[in-house]
Amino acid sequence: MTAAVVRRLLQAVMVMLAMTVIVFIAINVIGDPVDILISPDADQIERARVVQALGLDLPLWQQYLRFLWAALHGDLGESYVYNEPAIRVILERLPATLELAVAAILIAIVVGVPLGLYAGLRPDGILTRVIMTVSILGFSLPTFWVGLVLIMFFGVQLGWLPSGGRGQTAELFGVQWAFLTKDGLAHLILPAVNLALFDACLILRLTRAGVAEVLPLDFVKFARAKGLKETRVIGVHVSKNIMIPVVTIIGLEFGSIVAFSVVTESVFSWPGMGKLIIDSINVLDRPIITAYLMATVAFFVIINLVVDLTYTALDPRVRLQGEGP
Amino acid sequence: MSVDTLPPPMPVEVEKGEEAPFRVLVRAFFRSPAAVTGFVLLTAIIGLALLAPLITPQNPYDLNQLDIMDSRLPPGSQSMTGMTFWLGTDDQGRDMLSGIIYGLRISLGVGVSSALFAALFGASLGLLAAYVGGRTETAIMRIVDLQLSFPSILVALMILAFLGKGILNVVLALVIVEWATYARAARGTALVERRKEYMEAAESLAIPRWRILFVHLLPNCLPPLIVIATVQVARAISLEATLSFLGLGVPITEPSLGLLVANGYQYMLSGMTWISFYPGVALLITVVAINLVGDRLRDVLNPRGRE
Repeated sequence: MTAAVVRRLLQAVMVMLAMTVIVFIAINVIGDPVDILISPDADQIERARVVQALGLDLPLWQQYLRFLWAALHGDLGESYVYNEPAIRVILERLPATLELAVAAILIAIVVGVPLGLYAGLRPDGILTRVIMTVSILGFSLPTFWVGLVLIMFFGVQLGWLPSGGRGQTAELFGVQWAFLTKDGLAHLILPAVNLALFDACLILRLTRAGVAEVLPLDFVKFARAKGLKETRVIGVHVSKNIMIPVVTIIGLEFGSIVAFSVVTESVFSWPGMGKLIIDSINVLDRPIITAYLMATVAFFVIINLVVDLTYTALDPRVRLQGEGP
Repeated sequence: MSVDTLPPPMPVEVEKGEEAPFRVLVRAFFRSPAAVTGFVLLTAIIGLALLAPLITPQNPYDLNQLDIMDSRLPPGSQSMTGMTFWLGTDDQGRDMLSGIIYGLRISLGVGVSSALFAALFGASLGLLAAYVGGRTETAIMRIVDLQLSFPSILVALMILAFLGKGILNVVLALVIVEWATYARAARGTALVERRKEYMEAAESLAIPRWRILFVHLLPNCLPPLIVIATVQVARAISLEATLSFLGLGVPITEPSLGLLVANGYQYMLSGMTWISFYPGVALLITVVAINLVGDRLRDVLNPRGRE
């Protein structure tokens, strides 16, 4: 067990190191680092000064070590646009993205699980067919286009909900949140639904498959034979057993949702990390791009690490895997 | 599948010759109405894309044919010269129908070429991993696992953030995003195929390794790869559209469907919805048609893979 944990931790560190190398090479070999690291407004004297100050006259491996050292101290350069440390600009946007991602996950669960249960319990129903067809569409439709259609109907045609921005925010624990105000909540609905669509379909299908698998099992027959009410059989005995894969996928999908919020945030002008990175790419604000990539990769490495370690702790079979087939 | 289960005996068709198994597959494929719909739609879409210059009412790239007076007309309006814009026009006075058909060319081209290159690259590595084994296999599969643990859009974003816009860059990004899926599938199939007798026969004949890999092993691993490739074309088209919508994909001079949607986005809030809506519908029909065909192909080619 300890060996497995240590090996996994080492692996995570290796991945992060590999990422720093890739990002470093991308900045220093593909592009001209002087252009990337120095503001385009600088004159020749300023450039020469910065080249020396940044150590761009040093050999590449020394430059890499400097970059790594600075990155370890949370210093990934200063944004050209905001004139603040890049990492701080990103962290400022983090609550907006988290808020959106959590709202999307909640919607996906609230919609996906009951519909999946229904589809699993009535596999031949007409409504089930409708649900399954819609869920295939939910997988196929590109997120950004669904977002546009949502804006078109609910924002423009019906005028029920605001079509962009985050609305009013209120402070909680020193951070601004939109879901605390009525206006902010109205702004949150459309983007959250948009982001939730894919995962709602995923959870729906998982739940349905789980029900179909569990229903014919002996313990369900036994629960019924005991004379338990159908609501209890489904609500307790079946639900408990299908929730394991559903909870796993929710954990794994959280990272995906944060990544895909890039699209939704851009469509709905939601001021989170995703919109920031797209704006920064468009104006070539390289420190922000670098910081975003490093932060997201770190985020994913941590999620994967936590999931793997939880599995290792819970399921002994996983420990034996990976030693070859 | 355990090793000792015998494969079903190959049907020997004496009268019909070698085409027979293929015909059986084709007949099975067309038994599903959904697959027929998908196939017809897809054929029509590919036909439109290929014949674009011959059938579109207007060449959307030819500035001489555009008139700024015709800009942002709703669907069904007439141009100054009497031409009808069935799907309206965009802000440059371009006929949306022509724009969409030309956009299909780019979307399909990017999707198909990236899926093809990714398949070549990924399948080769997957076969190699299964065939050689040992350290090579571990190294390749580690990278595959690692890459599949990151969402596709993040990887593509990372690549395009550094390489910049452009059709070739998009294709490259899509290949890098997709190869791992093929590698994993190819290895899985190859591990089963490797143990079969024809491989033993080939190895005992001292045929060069590359020949065993690509002439003996690869053709027998193809069916699952074809299924994946079909679905991946749809995914690639969708991802390309997303990237182009975000302004990271194809350049403005070669607009794909996603870029057309993005161009109309700014006019949507003023009620001019057609500029964004119809390219999106075209994108949707394309993706759904490919997925319908892909689903049926999976059922026909790989009965075990059914849900």
